[in-house]
Amino acid sequence: MTYKVKDEVLPHGNVTTIFLDGEIDMDKTEEVKEVVFPHIDAGKEVHLNLSNVQYMDSSGISVLIESHQKAAEKGTKLVVKDVSKSVLKVIMMAKLEQILNLE
Amino acid sequence: MAELKHLEKKAFLVKSSSLKDVRTFCREVFEKLYIDQNLKDELVLAIAEAAQNIVKHAYKDKPDVNEIMVVEISHISGELKIAFYDMGTPVDPKKVKHREIDNIKPGGLGTFFIQEIMDAVEFKDGKKPWINHLVLTKQL
Repeated sequence: MTYKVKDEVLPHGNVTTIFLDGEIDMDKTEEVKEVVFPHIDAGKEVHLNLSNVQYMDSSGISVLIESHQKAAEKGTKLVVKDVSKSVLKVIMMAKLEQILNLE
Repeated sequence: MAELKHLEKKAFLVKSSSLKDVRTFCREVFEKLYIDQNLKDELVLAIAEAAQNIVKHAYKDKPDVNEIMVVEISHISGELKIAFYDMGTPVDPKKVKHREIDNIKPGGLGTFFIQEIMDAVEFKDGKKPWINHLVLTKQL
């Protein structure tokens, strides 16, 4: 898995956008957490761009839930952006499309 | 006797880094079976979740062993069967259940995905040397 982090100043505040790449499964989830959690712990609004993630299993979905809940605890939010069709299908199968902030 | 159309099997080391290889194997087999892309994605997810359960649960007490699991895909008369064989801790089928889907929390979704995608999920007695033998079935 590869990733890229971009900090932006948007009208409503500072946003960190993280672009993930590849397939996210049980073998990659710790890596994703190591990239994403520190930004959430720092109270930043995190945008997770999944346009280049073509596969995600239940472990990846768990990281999305954990990140979403962690962000809420920190008083910020996680936005999941540009989800590929195949990953959106898994999110919908988990009935999370109304829970996660999808854009 | 039913006509045997296709059967392939492959062994994988029981570790999380093998999951990608399991998916690649399945995609290659489904390519040969001309399975529609949407269904192929779902089947690959179900199979990878079952393989993940073996890595995560059947071998959780022995993480450093160099053991193998076998994935066998057969397509006979319109019925797709995916069999898994492993030598991990015996699975008690009664204890295999997913979390309530409306109780949003990390974990417990793999089994739900498998049940949503497949027509049947069956734990059979593992014949020696295997301990666990899981069979997923889908009518094509």
